[in-house]
Amino acid sequence: MKVGLFIPCYINQLYPQVAIATLELLEKLGQDVYYPEGQTCCGQPLGNSGYEENSKGACQIFVENFKEYDYIVGPSGSCIYHVKHHFDILEQTPEVIKVRDNAYELCEFIVKVLGKINLGASFPYKVGLHKSCHGLRGLKLGSCSEKMDAYYSIEENLLNQVIGLKLMILSRKDECCGFGGTFSVFEEAISVKMGKDRIKDHIDSHVEVITGADHSCLMHLEGLINRNKQPLKVMHIAEILNSCI
Amino acid sequence: MSHSKKAEIFNKNEAKVNWHDKALWYVREKRDLSAHKVQGWEYLRELASGIKANVLSNLDEYLIQFEKNAQKNGIKVHWASNAEEHNIIVNNILAEHNAKKVVKSKSMLTEECHLNPYLESKGIEVIDTDLGERIVQLAKESPSHIVLPAIHKTKEEVDILFQEYLGTKPNFGNPEYLTHEARKHLRDKFLKADAAITGVNFAIADTGGFVVCTNEGNADMGAHLAKVHIACMGIEKIIPKEKHLGIFLRLLARSATGQPITTYSSHFNKPATGKEMHIVIVDNGRTEQLSREDFRASLHCIRCGACMNTCPIYRRSGGHSYDATIPGPIGSILSPGMDMKKHSSLPFASTLCGSCSNVCPVKINIHKQLYKWRQVIVKQQKQPLLKNSILKIAGVVLSKPRLYSLSGKSARFILKKAPKFMIYNRLNTWGKARDLPEVKNEIFDEWYKKRTKNG
Ligand code: SF4
Repeated sequence: MKVGLFIPCYINQLYPQVAIATLELLEKLGQDVYYPEGQTCCGQPLGNSGYEENSKGACQIFVENFKEYDYIVGPSGSCIYHVKHHFDILEQTPEVIKVRDNAYELCEFIVKVLGKINLGASFPYKVGLHKSCHGLRGLKLGSCSEKMDAYYSIEENLLNQVIGLKLMILSRKDECCGFGGTFSVFEEAISVKMGKDRIKDHIDSHVEVITGADHSCLMHLEGLINRNKQPLKVMHIAEILNSCI
Repeated sequence: MSHSKKAEIFNKNEAKVNWHDKALWYVREKRDLSAHKVQGWEYLRELASGIKANVLSNLDEYLIQFEKNAQKNGIKVHWASNAEEHNIIVNNILAEHNAKKVVKSKSMLTEECHLNPYLESKGIEVIDTDLGERIVQLAKESPSHIVLPAIHKTKEEVDILFQEYLGTKPNFGNPEYLTHEARKHLRDKFLKADAAITGVNFAIADTGGFVVCTNEGNADMGAHLAKVHIACMGIEKIIPKEKHLGIFLRLLARSATGQPITTYSSHFNKPATGKEMHIVIVDNGRTEQLSREDFRASLHCIRCGACMNTCPIYRRSGGHSYDATIPGPIGSILSPGMDMKKHSSLPFASTLCGSCSNVCPVKINIHKQLYKWRQVIVKQQKQPLLKNSILKIAGVVLSKPRLYSLSGKSARFILKKAPKFMIYNRLNTWGKARDLPEVKNEIFDEWYKKRTKNG
């Protein structure tokens, strides 16, 4: 089984540690992981801004890069969501369909495909989970507070197995952080306010480290935390699951 | 003014934003609690959505059936293709009865048609009798929410407003006193009214009757006291059978306020002896929306307001920031269909978090329609030059891996090497309140290549 590692553009450029943790984690789990060269972007920022038409080239490259793998795994829920739900703008060739069907967000891949939840990690901190909207409501990584279905959370299941980790309870379990791609600059005031409110919830809940399965949300939150010099650290869930502290 | 500008202004007063956010989140949580108590909530939503889809694909037949049955019951039915026709019809009915004083219970449709100013220009007094609506009417504002029209006003603000218009005593925003005074004021208006106008929540094709839901009983009070009752409805308010009401009434109240049932669900079937009952059925752009396949389901809406209460942007920008009759997520998919130029910023006033689609009792895929509107708007409306060129260039760069890698390098170089004042300036909206990510020495690509070489 060949796994193609998908590293979203901003993670490659700005958060290499997240990509490294993802790769190491998958290898630890016995996967045969390949990192295809020449990756650019899934096209999400363009699509979400209304420029879906202009993103076809990027989407096409994505398919080219990953068509030969059995699974495509990436540490970013929103990018995977985009591949699964918005690649309908491409002609649906067998290759495109294969890539869309086999694209997985990292946590989902570990739990659903590999059937593992205990990854042998330890991380002795109080952790707050930010459930990113595209992962939660889009990829259904967990039940949503709006719905009356039975409760579950793939990310929580994984984190609960980490030795020493204490998952803190937030007052608003799955409210959006306000990143939203270009929303973060075109609706700057609301975006910042939403982020501040999320952070306050984590601080009020005595969280030491905010984590999540989508680093774009975390980048936004981290920007605010650093600017306001708040006592919180931000780490991608792959970094925690790959930790032995 | 765009949504973002208005939202920015609203956010100047952070304490008020916090208050507004909390007030609406409280309603959202009440909704969650009461929906949890219903076994098969998700199934109910499924049913409601299915019924609405059936209605929309057979709308012509249901409307004709409804008209026939209503007429059989002695109700007079009128058809209006747009707001103007609607207003003329209402005015003509009022003129026939020489009605000069009108009480109106909540109806978003009459807001949409701007009926009040029209009737006022004809010398008719129109009093909104829903307490929240009366408050915004006195303040000469529009409703900021479809269920809680005055949610943007604190009780202290209402206190001051009532002192000015109703002659109340200063009372530090005492809600009991204020409602009591409002009731006295409205009672007098009810007793003197010549005609009553109401909205319609559900019009039932197989009986020709209709249902109006209020919490204050003001629709009943108005309609029962006045000689003439005019009910105004959009064409999409139809449901096929009376038995379907059980589904919609259970969903509506719980979604709107968390109540198990609206205090008054009043069924109107025929005029009382000696009185007249009229129904005005209005299109005003709805058939056009019906013809847009991607946006058709927006007509499922039963106006419960739940998508507003849950929307993290609505809660922090206030209803007026949308500058539309229907604010919030549903308004953002309805309004561009009415006037794309005016409302072109609305589909972008969202992070596409999807919470609206999840709460919606009739399962409108709101956030997916927001995404679709964005694609339409970018094609049909002139976009800001900067945004347009940045995104188009991005599209080209992202389709060329080598060019992309080069641009990534230079962006990182700038981020790393440039002095702070160059990065945090007026052009960098991100950096107004947020730090930029710290740039590491190596990107993942390079790390990986090294590892492969060494490994
Ligand atoms: S779109 Fe759905 S949630 Fe929003 S007001 Fe209409 S019915 Fe309610």
